[in-house]
Amino acid sequence: MLPTAPCPDGAEREEPALRPALEAAGLVRRYGSTVALRGVGLVVRRGEAVALLGPNGAGKTTLLRVLATLARPSAGSIVVDGVDALRHASVARRLVGLVAHQTFLYGELTARENLRFYGRLYGLHDLDACVARALDVMEIAQRADAPIRTLSRGMQQRVAVARATLHEPLVLLLDEPETGLDDASQERLARLIARWAHGGGAVLVASHRLEWVSGLADHAVVLREGRVAATLGPRQNGSLDLARAYHEAISGQGVAAMVASP
Amino acid sequence: MLTSAGARRALVWIAAIASAVSAAMIVFYVPNDRVQGVVQRIFYFHLALAWVAYLAFFLVLVASVVYLVSRDLRWDAFARASAELGVLFTTLVLIVGSLWGKPIWNTWWTWDPRLTTTLVLWFIYVAYLMLRAYTPDVERGARFGAILGIVGFVDVPIVHFSVQWWRSLHPDPVFARSDPQLPTPMIVTLLVTIAAMTLVFCALLTYRTMLERMRDDNRALEDDEVGERVYA
Amino acid sequence: MTGALTADLGWRAYARQLYALMAKDVIVERRTKDAITAMLVFSLLVLVTFNFALDLRAEIMPAVGPGVLWTAVVLGSTLGLGRTFAVERDQGTLDGLLMAPVDRSALYFAKLLANMLLMAAVLLVSVPVYAALFNVAVRPLPLLAIVVLGIVGFAAVGTLFSAMAAHTRAREVMLPILLFPVTVPILIGVVQATGLALGNPAARDMPWLSLLLGFDAMYVSLGAVTFEHALEE
Repeated sequence: MLPTAPCPDGAEREEPALRPALEAAGLVRRYGSTVALRGVGLVVRRGEAVALLGPNGAGKTTLLRVLATLARPSAGSIVVDGVDALRHASVARRLVGLVAHQTFLYGELTARENLRFYGRLYGLHDLDACVARALDVMEIAQRADAPIRTLSRGMQQRVAVARATLHEPLVLLLDEPETGLDDASQERLARLIARWAHGGGAVLVASHRLEWVSGLADHAVVLREGRVAATLGPRQNGSLDLARAYHEAISGQGVAAMVASP
Repeated sequence: MLTSAGARRALVWIAAIASAVSAAMIVFYVPNDRVQGVVQRIFYFHLALAWVAYLAFFLVLVASVVYLVSRDLRWDAFARASAELGVLFTTLVLIVGSLWGKPIWNTWWTWDPRLTTTLVLWFIYVAYLMLRAYTPDVERGARFGAILGIVGFVDVPIVHFSVQWWRSLHPDPVFARSDPQLPTPMIVTLLVTIAAMTLVFCALLTYRTMLERMRDDNRALEDDEVGERVYA
Repeated sequence: MTGALTADLGWRAYARQLYALMAKDVIVERRTKDAITAMLVFSLLVLVTFNFALDLRAEIMPAVGPGVLWTAVVLGSTLGLGRTFAVERDQGTLDGLLMAPVDRSALYFAKLLANMLLMAAVLLVSVPVYAALFNVAVRPLPLLAIVVLGIVGFAAVGTLFSAMAAHTRAREVMLPILLFPVTVPILIGVVQATGLALGNPAARDMPWLSLLLGFDAMYVSLGAVTFEHALEE
């Protein structure tokens, strides 16, 4: 289930060039009277996993939604593998996958039905093989024919990840995917992310759990009040020393607030 | 829109003068209608109000289309203002129509095609105002309003036809003059009244739009930096 | 740059997506039966309520009957039209659709067709019940065109408006308030045309079907074009 072993949608990917998988600049996004993003920019390269950190309300979820083309920024640019995501949204959508708090799954449909449905939306050829493989990789094949609403949160999350990765997106976005998961599931998720990056994809994962994310991220971007407060990395000696650097970046916020959040 | 305060004041003055002239003409100049008598004079007022109401909603249509294409919030402010005034004028049309109908035909309401269409129009644009009021996100409210502004106005001729066909066998009192040929003094008075009402509407629209834009700017300025960049 | 990745959808792929979307709605509805139940029960309830509220004697049925029937259908349908979007939005699946490379007009047409099926189901039950309750002779064939055109127009506006209403407060109230004024021509048209078909002497002999056709064409087009603006965040 790696980006280089395509579940084809009929389109041949160009040779991975040196251009970044995801490049965002100057993103501005308002919600009613609040400004969630005030000129955020970042770069994620192929084969990279980038952690997106920041306190609650910093704009992590907004940023991920904007990058997933769910929300239009009032200003700024997003380029996915050389494609202007704002002008060619349809093309960009094939290259991006999002795992978020909601599962985007239909509770009344089974995992298999959900995957087949989304597979059709994304225009995947050889749908059955793709779905079967996705079910295998996420180890949900045995509950594939039960309605989603009957599955546990952990299993639902796995199906959600299968859904997000079904079309082999170049860029995988995850919004605090480890919440509500037990240790084993968190482990599995971390391995998936590592595999994704290792296979040439690009990953941007927002998380509160510094420990969990420091084991798999090459870089980190710290958001604070809608702006990029710091960029940390690259990874040295196998892991990213996030904790101290993160708290320094957030300082002024009060360390007590940080310690309080999970 | 008229940006200089001087131009705006001038507009108000012109509108006021025109209104005075029109009122004078209605009261003193124009002769009585042969059939309906003095009460018929309300017709000039009624027709002018109706004209302005439809004009207002037409402007909402135009502003809605431009907003959807340009996403410039100033056009939405214009649409909002015009819609509010439109509802105001439409309400007046309906009330004045009733006031006219009662003494002439001894009925407060009649399902005359024009009046009925105006009633439906009233509901459509009250729904417009409600839709905007009930949408929490401002930008979304603007988009929804724009969609309804287009969909609603396009409906007007269709509603008119359907009501007209529906009432085709009914001898409804016609909300116009009883005599099909308008003598010149009446035509002149009518035109002057329409012009005066339009000027009043323009003056109101100018100030209302200004108010709406100030509201928008205020909201943007709550965050200084971004406000300047986004709303420049 | 975009060359190799364009894979711009041809109409065949568009049709496949449309089919997938519709199938999804049908399957979900078949399993929950939420919308259809509410719509049906409410329509029948309104029919019966009319009987208590109005003195529906046999003599006046030709004149009043079509109005009673269509009012019941419209009120019941409005309940169902709102649901499909409210549920998608609440469950978060609407975002899943928006993230996919699906043209927004396909989303519109899929929901439109699903809503039309729902309304057709309601009518399929309501008309015989109406005929039975009020002892009215109903010839189905002449009504077919009227019913189809009426459903298309109503669903066209209803689908667009329910997408908007789902994002407002008091959404159950907002949809009828938006829908009823704009669909006045449809209501007049179907009631008059039904009256003509069922022998109401007071029905006006006007080209109602043409009116409905014009309305339908206009509003399906408008809906398809403006839908993406209604769905955008």
